Amino acid sequence: MATLTYRDALNQALREEMQRDPNVFLMGEEVGVYQGAYKVSRGLLEEFGPMRIVDTPIAELGFAGIGVGAAMAGLRPVIEFMTWNFAVLALDQIVNSAAKILYESGGQIPIPIVFRGPNGAALQLAAQHSQAWDSWLSHIPGLKVVAPATPADAKGLLKAAIRDNNPVIVLEGEMLYNLKGAVPEGEHIVPIGRADVKRPGRDVTFVCHSKTVAVALKAAEQLAEHEGVSAEVLDLRSLRPLDEEAIVGSVARTNRAVVIEEGWPHAGIGAQVVDVIQRGAFDQLDAPVLRVTQADVPMPYNKQLERLAKPSPDRVVAAARRVLYLD
Amino acid sequence: MATATAQTTDAPAQRELERRMLRQMLLIRHFEEKAAEAYALGKIGGFCHLYIGQEAVAVGALSALRDDDYVISSYREHGQALARGVPANAVMAELFGKATGCSKGKGGSMHLFDAGRRFMGGHGIVGGHIPLAAGLGFAIRYKGGDQVCICYFGEAAVNIGAFHETLNMASVYKLPVIFLCENNRYGMGTAFERVAAVTDVVEHACSYDMAAELVNGMDVLAVYEATRRAAERGRKGGRPTLLEVRTYRFMGHSMSDPLHGVYRTKEEVEEQRKRDPISQLAGKLKEEGVLDQAGLDALDAEVRAEAEEAVRFADRSPDPDPAELTTHVLAD
Repeated sequence: MATLTYRDALNQALREEMQRDPNVFLMGEEVGVYQGAYKVSRGLLEEFGPMRIVDTPIAELGFAGIGVGAAMAGLRPVIEFMTWNFAVLALDQIVNSAAKILYESGGQIPIPIVFRGPNGAALQLAAQHSQAWDSWLSHIPGLKVVAPATPADAKGLLKAAIRDNNPVIVLEGEMLYNLKGAVPEGEHIVPIGRADVKRPGRDVTFVCHSKTVAVALKAAEQLAEHEGVSAEVLDLRSLRPLDEEAIVGSVARTNRAVVIEEGWPHAGIGAQVVDVIQRGAFDQLDAPVLRVTQADVPMPYNKQLERLAKPSPDRVVAAARRVLYLD
Repeated sequence: MATATAQTTDAPAQRELERRMLRQMLLIRHFEEKAAEAYALGKIGGFCHLYIGQEAVAVGALSALRDDDYVISSYREHGQALARGVPANAVMAELFGKATGCSKGKGGSMHLFDAGRRFMGGHGIVGGHIPLAAGLGFAIRYKGGDQVCICYFGEAAVNIGAFHETLNMASVYKLPVIFLCENNRYGMGTAFERVAAVTDVVEHACSYDMAAELVNGMDVLAVYEATRRAAERGRKGGRPTLLEVRTYRFMGHSMSDPLHGVYRTKEEVEEQRKRDPISQLAGKLKEEGVLDQAGLDALDAEVRAEAEEAVRFADRSPDPDPAELTTHVLAD
């Protein structure tokens, strides 16, 4: 197995799927000549040419809609948003067109499209460039949403997304692009809707996804080292559909849970996970489920304030101590 | 404005085309009258935007296209669906929300679809479908085809960002798309000149280096000819066209709105009714001896019966099975 960065794993997935299926094309800002704002599409213009690696003007609504229209005619577009912050301008096309056309046409017109790009905060980009849209996008029937945390999952989920006959949102992370990990070569597909135990444990379940998987793993290490606590880290990988069975299964064994996410607390992904837990593992719970989220504020620019706003291993450890009644 | 000088290389074929156009316009008129009745009876729910007055725009343009071209429209699309050949029964059943509707009762008046006829929907957000048209055009170009995509929208959509983003990209990417603006002068109750700095929609084409024509939308042959030229441009050179087709809606914005009142006068509506596109074409055909009054009456009776049958069909069709609630959310 080769060691690749998350960025190169995505690049490999795109290249392999474009080689496999001539209907797959990539469209977005800076994806071609500039080789990608985050270099995810490096080398693709040279290999596939400008008809399949399409540079766009800064017009998110327009090119997202062009993608949906192309999907209506049977192509399989991959629409790259430079970041999901800008994709808010394209929400009409994602929500009103991509997610609804199959249903409102009575099943006549599937929309096999991928919308992808980095989501959530990076470093000191301030409020408008540091937002996690996970819960917004997961709210919409007709969409699937995935948020890989590792290079292997990035490759496998992007390939699955491109082959899916529905609109699939792929939430990447600017802070993840340089992350290295082992990536299976060739045909490596991660099924959408399946969570993954990134670290097995007995005493408490950390439910997390995307960037917060690293946060949860670090917290689990600290707890093991200092408290002798065994935390299970469950990476959701898909936010819609949600792997309810995996969540309930893990919490039924550990009897305690902390849900961690990059988004804001109000109506966040964690709220949905807590609902799954209270319905599926009510009798097994030994403590209220706690959540660790971004602070309920627009992201500040100042470095210290930004650090305070983000989920951190320390905050996860503190939440774990509370659900374990260690305080 | 482009005037009606239909190509008469083949006179009988031209007469047949005009007769067919008249029939389609009459069908739309009667269909919409029946829809209004059914709406008043509570058989049609939600919003229902009628096409009465604008028939020449659907019929003229779609008569100039091929079966493998794409058609996409806004929420005032009953006329285009019928002109595209979607059976009146299936359209009326959709308005009634029935399982036999062209969208299985899940779309309704604003979301008529017939993928087999490449009728890619009615779409409900003003201007939201304009980028989709460019995407269909993109797919044509991607696959190396010589089809075109026609996109209907009202003049009010011209104030939406999606219009401008799309026209720019359609021109940059050389997409075979006909952007057909049906300028009926009012976005609901707001006169276009009250909210648009540039009131000749056709002028926007200059900003995007795009071919454009201003067309008399009450003259079905003028619409036909302008669309034929635009389609040619799309097929041969992969170039988009903006058509501003000036028309007028004889009814309120939707069934819930008044015909006239605060935003336009009764006199204005009456004046416009004198330009009725159906009377104009019928008059021409009578004048040329293609149809006499008896022939016209027979045609009228034929399509009236078709519209009435559509209502009966919709009425006796079943509602969708309750299990349909959760189908088609996701594809397999």
